[in-house]
Amino acid sequence: MPSLKDLRLRITSVKSTRKITSAMKMVAASKLRRAQTAAEAARPFAERMERMLGTLAGAMAGQAGAPAMLTGTGSDQVHLIVPVTADRGLCGGFNSSITRSTRLLTAELLKQGKKVVILPVGRKGREALRRDYGHLMIEGFDNLGRKGITFPEADQVATRITQMFANGEFDVCTVVYNRFVSAISQNVTRQQLIPFPVPAQSETVDASARAVYEFEPGEAEILAEILPRNLAIQLFRSMLESQASEQGARMTAMDNATRNAGDMINALAIKYNRSRQAQITKELIEIISGAEAL
Amino acid sequence: MAEKIQFELVSPAKLLLSEPVEMVVVPGEDGDFGALPLHAPLISTVRPGVIDIHNDGKVTNRIFVAGGFAEVTGERVTVLAEEAFPLDELTSEIAAERRAAADLAVTDAQTDLDRSRAARQVAIAEAMVVALR
Repeated sequence: MPSLKDLRLRITSVKSTRKITSAMKMVAASKLRRAQTAAEAARPFAERMERMLGTLAGAMAGQAGAPAMLTGTGSDQVHLIVPVTADRGLCGGFNSSITRSTRLLTAELLKQGKKVVILPVGRKGREALRRDYGHLMIEGFDNLGRKGITFPEADQVATRITQMFANGEFDVCTVVYNRFVSAISQNVTRQQLIPFPVPAQSETVDASARAVYEFEPGEAEILAEILPRNLAIQLFRSMLESQASEQGARMTAMDNATRNAGDMINALAIKYNRSRQAQITKELIEIISGAEAL
Repeated sequence: MAEKIQFELVSPAKLLLSEPVEMVVVPGEDGDFGALPLHAPLISTVRPGVIDIHNDGKVTNRIFVAGGFAEVTGERVTVLAEEAFPLDELTSEIAAERRAAADLAVTDAQTDLDRSRAARQVAIAEAMVVALR
């Protein structure tokens, strides 16, 4: 049976924990709103780029000389995996679901006899994966998007990947990130970036979209330029999604923590009152029986 | 002329502009081209330079873009630019600063990729100077 003083201390400590978690929840909520707007604002660019790519790839189909970034290197021996995680914890299963998915993917590929290279984006993912797959890991990126992801930051990562691809260091590139669904739900998504799967032109596209395009300077030249840009955009988008997810996950986690702390305070308060009552009763009995004995 | 063409300027971070205009002049890789309604479908790379938006026979808006891509269809012009801002906001100081940074990047460049990036920065800075003239 803990003493009254111990209980009082526990209550104060849980109360201050609750203050912290509820503050974190509110911070996450406001950051979430910002991250969500940023993710939405980035959508038009990616959509239009995809449309252009679709047209270009359609025009290039069946022609030789399409860039390797689109068609692949012809082999799939070396895989580059880019897990996108947060730099900080306390956001529920956000980071661990990414590392779990990355682990599964890596194990699967290794079993198939493929080679794997991991380029971690975000501190938490790097730390979690270092234990098992440290030997597969190359130096990644930390501390991106302290004040919200900006395009140049995503471009930095994309440049690195482009360079590695140009050096023939890998054949297939997959990014693993949390896609934002809502504040309480995120989907772990694996997206292949290289070779880039071009969305098949649907049958429903209107006549103007199917029209024959002119290309300046030429299909191949534009493709060669647009593909690295597209890689940057796709990365930018997944990083934005990941950031919105992180804040959503943190908000939910901190909301739960706050509620749990409240429950705990209630339980402790009851226990405190009961033991106080018990002690008073005990003292009374002692006094009475002492008086009777006289 | 009543016919208008929808002009869209998009940066990675957001949709910057979307409005019906009479004509846009885009600095294409192989030379400037004006896009009017019912222009033939075209996809082109864009070099660093100035986009002119024409309304009522006059230039109503000038925007500096640091390169990108343009897609033209009969009713729409879409420019994807990584960096874009109104020409009014461009001053010779900004251009000089960019130029200095670009020159530094050229001297610092180690790999081919660095060099090509630095060259691009130089091209952007030069286009800024030209645009200011």
